[in-house]
Amino acid sequence: MDQPSVDTIWDWLDQVPDPEIPVISLVDLGIIRDVRWEGDVLNVAVTPTYSGCPATTVIKFDIEAALRDRGIEKLVLTTQLSPPWTTDWLSDKGRAALEKFGIAPPSAKGEPDRCPNCGGTDLERTSQFGSTPCKALWRCRDCLEPFDYFKCI
Amino acid sequence: MADQNALFEFLLRMGDNSLILGHRVSEWCGHAPVLEEDIALANTALDLIGQTQMWLGLAGEVEGKGRTADDLAFLRDAWDFRNLLLCELPNGDFGRTLMRQFLYDAWSSIMLARLIGSSDPRVAEIAAKASKEVAYHVERSGDTVVGLGDGTEESHQRMQAALDYLWPYVGEMFDGDAVDTAMVKAGIAPDPASLREEYDALVGRVLTQATLTNPTDTFHHKGGRTGYMHTEHLGHLLTSMQWLQRAYPGATW
Repeated sequence: MDQPSVDTIWDWLDQVPDPEIPVISLVDLGIIRDVRWEGDVLNVAVTPTYSGCPATTVIKFDIEAALRDRGIEKLVLTTQLSPPWTTDWLSDKGRAALEKFGIAPPSAKGEPDRCPNCGGTDLERTSQFGSTPCKALWRCRDCLEPFDYFKCI
Repeated sequence: MADQNALFEFLLRMGDNSLILGHRVSEWCGHAPVLEEDIALANTALDLIGQTQMWLGLAGEVEGKGRTADDLAFLRDAWDFRNLLLCELPNGDFGRTLMRQFLYDAWSSIMLARLIGSSDPRVAEIAAKASKEVAYHVERSGDTVVGLGDGTEESHQRMQAALDYLWPYVGEMFDGDAVDTAMVKAGIAPDPASLREEYDALVGRVLTQATLTNPTDTFHHKGGRTGYMHTEHLGHLLTSMQWLQRAYPGATW
């Protein structure tokens, strides 16, 4: 087969869902740092979200499976620590998908802008730590529903 | 080569701190007083174990004998560990666990901020990654120390007792030896003693807000970071943490 272009590879990776939050892709999450051909070997650099996030291993497996399914045979996956991942790298598409899914996207002010369920702005923090390393627990005083907030890092 | 040995020792100290404290904190999983605290403790432990993979992974690379982070975590015995004694102390009650966490987080946040400027880019990038996580840890442990210290009569008493018990283990963070001298000389890590002023300011601020009294006794226990003598608690921790690899050597998932 012809060597697929780097743009095509990015499109393929944009179809691989995050294992914990499947409404966004790995590209939306901003953890794919580099896609590059070196001769006939495809190099993909991935950065971890949180250093202990158990999803990291699954993510690498999913990337490898997705690319092998498309016929990529020579693949090198590397872990890139620097610069460290930041929630600023979440795509706009990903942020909108998170909110629709019920997770408030990260906000520069360090707290959610509004309740992802009712849009209310009277909010309180329950805990800075949530069901995954990347999320905090919040509650809306308008609709009284608890919700996840994707916290800034 | 001497510097590589010193760097290996330094990386073991960093990695063993986060490994042993991470394991201790993980012992709370399923036992914390409320669900949110259980989740927060488990998340903190997870971050610490993640940081351990980076520090001990680099230690194995620097050592050059092919040992992985897992090998270093599971196949060494107590005398080869280089963590602060503070990290291996039993959890005690919830208050003591959070006080220990705060006393550690405060040091860790200052240490990592300095290491971001390390002359070794591998150390600098681990520090940059870890410091983002530790910023959340110290915010939470500090807030909890204030909440419980300045809480009910009983919670106040328990937090003061925790502080009195743990304080003699704080001084070891600022001890220095030949390893530290080599790290300072190479621009890899700061002189531990140089962190003391910033540490005392941060801890003092939180303890005052928590209405707790900082012990004035300057005696401190030592022997963890040098490996000279750990407390008896480390061996018990390792029998649990390393059990699988000891019972079934080489077992993998």
